[in-house]
Amino acid sequence: MTTIARPRNLGSRLLGLQAALVYAFFYLPILVLVIFSFSDDRLVGRWGGFTLGWYEAFWNDQELTDSLWVSLQVAASSTVISVVLGTLAAFSLERFRFRGQRVFDALLYLPIIIPDVTMGIMMLIFFSEGIDLLDSVGIEASKGIGTVTLSHIAFNISFVSVVVRARLSGMDTNLEEAAMDLYATRWQTFWRVTFPQILPGIIGGALLAITLSLDDVVVTQFSAGPGATTLPVRVFSLIRKGVTPIINAVSVVMLVASLLLVVVSLIVGGLRSSSTPVANDD
Amino acid sequence: MTAVEEHPVVEATPEFEALAARQERRRGALYALPAYLYLVVFFAIPFLIVVVYSFATRTRTGGVELGGWNLDSYQRLGEEIVRDVLVRSVVLAIVTTLICLVIAYPFAYFITTRSPAVRNVMLALVMIPFWTNFLVRNYAWRLILANEGPLSNTTDAVGLGPTEILFTQSAVVLGMVYAFLPFMVLPLYASIERIDTSLIEASRDLYGNARQTFTSVIFPLSLPGVVAGSILVFVPSAGAYVTPAILGGNKNVLLGSYIVDQFGNARNFPFGASLSVVLMVLMLTATLAYFRSGGRNL
Repeated sequence: MTTIARPRNLGSRLLGLQAALVYAFFYLPILVLVIFSFSDDRLVGRWGGFTLGWYEAFWNDQELTDSLWVSLQVAASSTVISVVLGTLAAFSLERFRFRGQRVFDALLYLPIIIPDVTMGIMMLIFFSEGIDLLDSVGIEASKGIGTVTLSHIAFNISFVSVVVRARLSGMDTNLEEAAMDLYATRWQTFWRVTFPQILPGIIGGALLAITLSLDDVVVTQFSAGPGATTLPVRVFSLIRKGVTPIINAVSVVMLVASLLLVVVSLIVGGLRSSSTPVANDD
Repeated sequence: MTAVEEHPVVEATPEFEALAARQERRRGALYALPAYLYLVVFFAIPFLIVVVYSFATRTRTGGVELGGWNLDSYQRLGEEIVRDVLVRSVVLAIVTTLICLVIAYPFAYFITTRSPAVRNVMLALVMIPFWTNFLVRNYAWRLILANEGPLSNTTDAVGLGPTEILFTQSAVVLGMVYAFLPFMVLPLYASIERIDTSLIEASRDLYGNARQTFTSVIFPLSLPGVVAGSILVFVPSAGAYVTPAILGGNKNVLLGSYIVDQFGNARNFPFGASLSVVLMVLMLTATLAYFRSGGRNL
């Protein structure tokens, strides 16, 4: 045993070094971006002294702030709807057996695995055909915030249901049965027993939905019409036109928003794993 | 106590149980219904429309004629330009996957050797970039690799000369490795962590050296994680659109942008639709392989 201790230590030291390099690889680019967002130089990657000017420029840019507002609206409404639908779907799949369940289960997985580009194309054709169809029966419709929200719900339902299902399947069903045995109605059982226990899962699903909605470029670009440009889509088209330091500032704002969401979800996730299902109130 | 009176005890006859079971099924279907309908209308139908489009004809003006169904769009997949795009995308995705595997394996292994508390912190530090805005993570590299950017200036200062990899395939691979590395680390960690340590001890007791222990015990047992991670990296890499658009040049078109172009400048909807179907089939095959390999509980 003692003879292999030494090479193992050397190996483990090398592994430790490699791990440090991987973390540097993960975090240095983000750090560099943050640093250069404060650089007073018209070239994106050159240091020219400290300034908050690019943030101010972002704040004063009507197009960018409008896009930010669109993004927030889409994220909020698509999250609320997909949390309700996704939680119900998770509940039906984990707690019941019904006809068509396997098809539903498969259908629910597809939006997760489908490539962005394919889903974008699907939405592009679907909404233009759908709007033509509505036009032909005399209903006026156009692409806009509504269509973007509809497409975000389509992928968010699946992610929410996966997260909530994970929580439901790890839950002790004895408590629900006990409540029913004690003549609690289904409604009472759900709100007093099931809901408090799956709440971390629902919050986790909601945070994931917000993150994905604020993250999406491709699907949004294809479902959006004029006046419904979200911040990532705006930034993406700016990058393709040619980068300017204002993009650095916008990126850092988006970065901070997503980091806040991760921190909250890690905290909720921590609660999820540390509190045993039985240890809940009542 | 009043509740008891409201619920008279019912004898559990077979008929009653059948009725109750039917009610249960109906209730389950009722909960599923809103999401089910939503996904049928806003996912399944759009998908079927794309499939239908892929058999349609392109009109001279770039419109779509629904009728005169044909396989022309699929036959075009054999053309040399198209084949080049497909091969290039798949090769780039494979290269990305292999690089991720080489980086992630020792890293994931190292995490499993730490104490549980340290492990959780290390995994959380992998999750954070994974959740961070995808566009921003790609853009960060655009900035780093820029002409006279931080990387170029650094290599120039140490005497290596300026780096010029922006708008090349290397930059695209770098961006994808950066973006998808967590997809490789997490399943690898899960599968290595699951290995029974007594097997590793047994190998050592039988005088297996570190390399033998690795090649004949640890690696074979971690294969499910290798397969799962590889698929999780390969799938988004093969269909990538945002990363090549930001870090790649105009030459060497990849599948994602090629598809998008069919709905933009090229205006060939049926052909674009057939390419989307091909991409979808590629992904479905990979995903089925993933579930077959037992990757369900990622």
